[in-house]
Amino acid sequence: MSKNICIVPVELNDYSLIENLVLYLNQTFEFPVHVKTANIKPHLAYDQRRLQYSSSILLKQLIDNSPEPLNQSKFLALCEFDLFIPIFTYVFGEAQLNGPAAIVSVHRLQNEFYGGSSDREVLRERLIKEATHELGHTFGLYHCLHPKCVMNFSTYVEDIDDKSPLFCDQCKAEVIAGGE
Amino acid sequence: MKIKDVSLLIVDDEFSVRDSLEQWFRMDGFDVDTAEDTKQAFEKFRLKKWDIVLLDIKMPGMDGIEFNKHIMSVNPDIIVIIITAFASVETAVQAIKDGAFDYVSKPLDPEHLSNLIRNALEKQQLTQENIKLRERIEDLTTPDDIIGTSDALRKVLRLVVNVAKTDSTVMIRGESGTGKELIARAIHANSIRKYAPIISINCGGLTETLLESELFGHEKGAYTGADRLRIGKLERANKGTIFFDEIGNISMKMQMDLLRVLETKQFTRLGSDKPIDVDFRVVSATNRDLEKAVKEGYFREDLYFRLNVVTIDVPPLRDRQKDIPLLARYFFNLFTKAMVKPIKDIHPEAMRMIENYKWPGNIRELRNVIERAIVICDKELILPENLSFPFESMNAHVITSDDSLEAAEHRQIQRVLTKTGWQLTKTAEILKIDRTTLYNKIKKYNLHKDGDE
Ligand SMILES: [Zn+2]
Ligand SMILES: [Zn+2]
Repeated sequence: MSKNICIVPVELNDYSLIENLVLYLNQTFEFPVHVKTANIKPHLAYDQRRLQYSSSILLKQLIDNSPEPLNQSKFLALCEFDLFIPIFTYVFGEAQLNGPAAIVSVHRLQNEFYGGSSDREVLRERLIKEATHELGHTFGLYHCLHPKCVMNFSTYVEDIDDKSPLFCDQCKAEVIAGGE
Repeated sequence: MKIKDVSLLIVDDEFSVRDSLEQWFRMDGFDVDTAEDTKQAFEKFRLKKWDIVLLDIKMPGMDGIEFNKHIMSVNPDIIVIIITAFASVETAVQAIKDGAFDYVSKPLDPEHLSNLIRNALEKQQLTQENIKLRERIEDLTTPDDIIGTSDALRKVLRLVVNVAKTDSTVMIRGESGTGKELIARAIHANSIRKYAPIISINCGGLTETLLESELFGHEKGAYTGADRLRIGKLERANKGTIFFDEIGNISMKMQMDLLRVLETKQFTRLGSDKPIDVDFRVVSATNRDLEKAVKEGYFREDLYFRLNVVTIDVPPLRDRQKDIPLLARYFFNLFTKAMVKPIKDIHPEAMRMIENYKWPGNIRELRNVIERAIVICDKELILPENLSFPFESMNAHVITSDDSLEAAEHRQIQRVLTKTGWQLTKTAEILKIDRTTLYNKIKKYNLHKDGDE
């Protein structure tokens, strides 16, 4: 029974990113959204060789130190680190399909990362989409072929801009069923 | 084609790689499974048809390069994406030469991988359409060297496809040289066991003791001379097909041993008492009249019934008249290429002789005749004098359907005419008949000296 969504910032510097996110997630999922802290130690997830943070280790820490009972919430860790899983060069985020936790980073969502100029509005919007997308996976959603659906898979960061922050009707129905 | 209909197998010995990639592809909705080595992958191939395979090239046991070759030999339409460590890119390039779709280096760039998968799916879709088209035109896949378009052959091939889908035991009947082993291979190639081996054993050519150790294998020291462990053919055929050629020739003791294996699906190596479970399809072949052998007590009736669940009769070549020139040309191309000889074609007169000959030794004889002709031919064309039909004089009595005196006379006149280059006086002399009689016979049998005017 997941009746809550719990956002867990991890060494986040820019808290202004969170305000909009709470509103949007609440509207989209129709569940209460809280922001809570958890005892997560990012240095344990740092890979000296790759200069990146293991998203899987961070997820495990989040679950081991969850601020609420695991069966009552879906947890979303939010960070600014460059994330990876060993087989990939990087990831935007990681989610447990049908599980309690997901993580998303703003690192590669920023124009600056690709040599562009900073745009807070664009960044906020991308974060909302990626957070919704990863949480969607925790509700059991697969990637959706509907081009505007937030569950559409984005290969490039620009692809994120092309989709909406919302679920298509079919995905929405599954989120409601998954939250029961 | 929906993504959930696309099956994708990840073969990698590292758990974390399998796990992450499985997750990644599952989120896309693929029908995903994993294997930790080629042995497991073989097993998964046996059970299911895979569209896309992600294959780590460096694994313990059989390496990815070999496995890729295996996949390509079984079904070149499968999309294989090689996963490689940065250092082994050269090997990956080799795999692509062997037919792999592309390769990715560890760690994988997610953008690259998703583009690659998109291209793979497009190719897959195209291939699917091609396959459907091909299936409409010709719903048979046969080993390449089953050649022919005759009704008699098509009937056999239709039966092959139907029986291949079942797991029934099959007995292939037919004269020697008709290509019974090819039919057995076609059955195997069209069955769900096609990813496992087909193991053939010729029961006719071996003594009882040899046959026994070939089939059952033996432990080290099982008997004098058994200086190492030997895995027998029954064991090697596990999950696949075992083909017993000339099954009619095995001894009574062997018949009993074989019956036991077929009944229990178990056997023991010589010198061991540990039973080994086996699972294979049995295909056997014989040119003998087994029913007669059963009646006379040379062949066990129970074994006969066990082997003879479905019968496929392979027609003799003389009943596939239409296929003779196709086969001749097939062997001609095969051997001229193999021997690198600048021979351009078969002379029409030689071809006519080939077509009119009755081929008592069937395809094997045709193959031998063409091979020999190419060896001795020193012109640009295979000429009538390059052909020799050893069966004609030695074994003419094997021709059962055309053993009449008339047919023999026809053949003999044709042969001598060819030999003398149509010198009628000389021909008449050799045949010890007068020229008028020879004229009449030539007319009667409608013999021609085409293409050689
Ligand atoms: Zn996703
Ligand atoms: Zn959707």
